[in-house]
Amino acid sequence: MITNVLKKFLLFAMLLCPAAVWASLEIVITEGIDSARPIAILPFSFNGTTRPTENLAEIVAADLMRSGKFSPLANIKMPQQPAKSGDINYAAWVREGVEAIVIGQINEVGIDRYTVSFELIDVLKGNSGPSAQMLNAGKLVNSNQQILDSRETTINGNQFRQYAHRISDIVYEKLTGERGAFLTKIAYVLVRPEHEFPYQLVVADYDGVNEQILLRSKEPLMSPNWSPDGTKLAYVTFERRQAQIFIQDIYSGRRSVVSTFPGINGAPVWSPDGASLALVLSKDGNPEIYTLNIATKALRRITNHRAIDTEPNWSPDGQEIVFSSDRGGNPQLYSVNLTTNTTRRLTFEGEMNLAGAFTPDGSAIVMVNRTQGQYHIAKMDRQSRFLQVLTRTNLDESPSIAPNGSMIIYSTMHGSSQVLALVSMDGRFKARLPAINGQVKSPAWSPFL
Amino acid sequence: MKLNKVLKALLIAVPVMTLAACSSTSSTSADDANTSQVTETVQVETAAPVMSAAEQMRQKLEALRQENTIYFDFDRATIRPEFVEVLEAHGTFLRANPSVRVTVEGHSDERGTPEYNIALGESRAQSVVLYLQNLGVSAGQLSTVSYGEEKPVDRSRSETGFAKNRRAVLAY
Repeated sequence: MITNVLKKFLLFAMLLCPAAVWASLEIVITEGIDSARPIAILPFSFNGTTRPTENLAEIVAADLMRSGKFSPLANIKMPQQPAKSGDINYAAWVREGVEAIVIGQINEVGIDRYTVSFELIDVLKGNSGPSAQMLNAGKLVNSNQQILDSRETTINGNQFRQYAHRISDIVYEKLTGERGAFLTKIAYVLVRPEHEFPYQLVVADYDGVNEQILLRSKEPLMSPNWSPDGTKLAYVTFERRQAQIFIQDIYSGRRSVVSTFPGINGAPVWSPDGASLALVLSKDGNPEIYTLNIATKALRRITNHRAIDTEPNWSPDGQEIVFSSDRGGNPQLYSVNLTTNTTRRLTFEGEMNLAGAFTPDGSAIVMVNRTQGQYHIAKMDRQSRFLQVLTRTNLDESPSIAPNGSMIIYSTMHGSSQVLALVSMDGRFKARLPAINGQVKSPAWSPFL
Repeated sequence: MKLNKVLKALLIAVPVMTLAACSSTSSTSADDANTSQVTETVQVETAAPVMSAAEQMRQKLEALRQENTIYFDFDRATIRPEFVEVLEAHGTFLRANPSVRVTVEGHSDERGTPEYNIALGESRAQSVVLYLQNLGVSAGQLSTVSYGEEKPVDRSRSETGFAKNRRAVLAY
């Protein structure tokens, strides 16, 4: 069974477009394909003369597969490839176990202009009577209840990839009830030790396509973090042989220094309202958490302890900051209420707990847990305090949560390389995103864009 | 001819003399005693020209740069006893040359998180700075920077690699 699914996947992966740098082609799903829901993304029919360079159906299928929740049927396994929904043979799709179909058309309507339409079809409802009639206001009408969604839009030739992610978002939300995160980006640091500028700050679409280097440096770059509006990154640079925090506009490239105190200037994290950064400064002797108002430059010291306090992260309502401290002997997670200034210890399980981050709904905290010398990504429910270790990879660090809370991206070791990996919030789906060249670290998932 | 004989005599006599001298000196390890014996021999043999103060300082600095790394235990920033001697050599030099400044770079291994490792690297650099200040080095000569796990010298992710990366480096 598993080998069968794997074969299907490999075949599917080979059919995918080769444009991606580290994801589409290279993604290796290590666990969790069995629990994914079968779905079919039919090739979009094309009416016109100049075919678009991007393949819509392939991008949508790759998105849904990578979410861990769906298992798109390979084209060669499809019982039929109808061009419009009226021609669907529902019984044949039911036999394949497919629960939903995406079917669509592309019409060339002008120079580099295309009208794209698609329908999301529920196979079971369709099978129970695609032409079923029902009473509506006393009259018998044809029911279209099998059509879960349908859209039409006109785009330029260079917008196909973006619109494909949009389709994925709609399909995902309709079928799971949760907002899709396919129109998001990832920032990360690429390290190529043999290069003249070994440290590179990179952003790419969430699937690794459209990789763009924002900054090259001879000295380390660390801790990229997105502004809530998705237009800027805060990060740490050692370009002046001293840690400094910069903010860089990812579209204009404009960058400015926001923190350059003696000692550590580290771990910048934007507040949910975008007005402040939480950060770590050691200007008064040892690492403490501060908040910095970006406009007024006003600094507020949040922690005051002779131990190490670091890795601040905001609660979704901006009222609390979770941080790591070794004030109890070993590093553990604490939270501080910004109104009352009361600090509570959150974690007690494991030798160490580090890099805490709230899930978008605030119900759980994701962290790096060390147990018996092994560093794994873990999640703790805030109510029950139940701690669940999610990963089995080696030397996991830098977890970053997708804005819809469905997935965590983190950095880990694979062989002798530092790579990015994904794990779903329930720990069932796991995938690796091997880098083609260099070590990849400090991933940061963007907000909804 | 005559000169040759004298040389031969010296070649025998000098090592015997130095050996005698060495037996009375206290060295931490046998290896150290042997090397110092050889260098002393060489000094007697070659009539070194008198060096200027600047030259002496440069030579001393060169020697210190050869031994400029202090290693630490996992998740710790305490100076291990075997590095006391190295730090004393640096302390003596910095006290004698108050115009010289040194940056102490703190590093960690790749376990744990990058941010926590930055804090750990800084603790290590500060341990070294504090030790040198206790030896009488002025605070103005000393600065720190922590690179955490960002600049490993050994990328093997093995126990020996980790041990090499947990370090503070005195960078002149």
